Amino acid sequence: MVIDWANFTPWASLGGGIVLGLASAIFILFNGRILGISGILGGLMSPRMGDVGWRIAFLLGMAAAPALFALIAPPGMLSAPRIDAGYGLIVAAGLLVGLGTRYGSGCTSGHGVCGLSRLSPRSLVATLTFMGAGFAMVFVLRHVL
Amino acid sequence: MQRITEFVAGLLFGMGLLLSGMSDPGKVLGFLDLFGAWDPSLAFVMGGAILVGVFAFAVAKKRTTNILGGALHLPKANQIDRRLVIGALLFGAGWGLAGFCPGPGLVSMFSGQPKAAVFVVSMIAGMLLFEAADRFIHQPRARQASAR
Repeated sequence: MVIDWANFTPWASLGGGIVLGLASAIFILFNGRILGISGILGGLMSPRMGDVGWRIAFLLGMAAAPALFALIAPPGMLSAPRIDAGYGLIVAAGLLVGLGTRYGSGCTSGHGVCGLSRLSPRSLVATLTFMGAGFAMVFVLRHVL
Repeated sequence: MQRITEFVAGLLFGMGLLLSGMSDPGKVLGFLDLFGAWDPSLAFVMGGAILVGVFAFAVAKKRTTNILGGALHLPKANQIDRRLVIGALLFGAGWGLAGFCPGPGLVSMFSGQPKAAVFVVSMIAGMLLFEAADRFIHQPRARQASAR
């Protein structure tokens, strides 16, 4: 195994992770909800009375995040994301992610962060499975094809 | 009050994704590329989030309501079934294709990235596909009833 030291950002990533944990903590303790993005968004696909407002409020918060981050982040942190995949791959990826997260009842946030934090065996299996599939896909794309 | 804490949670979550590097597909793929030049940063994201989350959920499990007095919706599902595994496999494959999972896709779209917007639209299409398939395959009786 070769470590990519040039791109390794342990402190920013740990700090960002702690902020993600704080957001999840606020959401479960103050709003009584699991902070799972695919569930929050997916619930809007078949909206029910009284079950829409909290989803919209959360998503509006997310929408405001880039602007606030740009205001307070040090200049070095504001590098543009590297999106190498072409549009065909992006569309395929989106379809798989949308279908898979709804079918498996969660994604990196709901199963990965919240599920592991509440020590759920079900979420552990989901997390190991989607990470394994992610490793396998990148292996095939970068080292086989 | 409720709407404010929901908004703040979303705001913090989005900023956490930006700070951690999760919102950069290049960085995500660097983490998923175990057999290339591996960037372990995202393991630190998970570690930091769970470090805080473990305490929050330990407190939540002891409560019957949330702090604002409303309902506490802790998941009841515990079965490890084919749905869970197949769904996670599909999601992981899609994650590895482009480096986007749902949260980072949204926050990159909100940052003004056109490719992220295409990802989010496709993801919503995938979610709608699930709704349609779920109704058709898993609840045929309910579907017939509603058709009448």
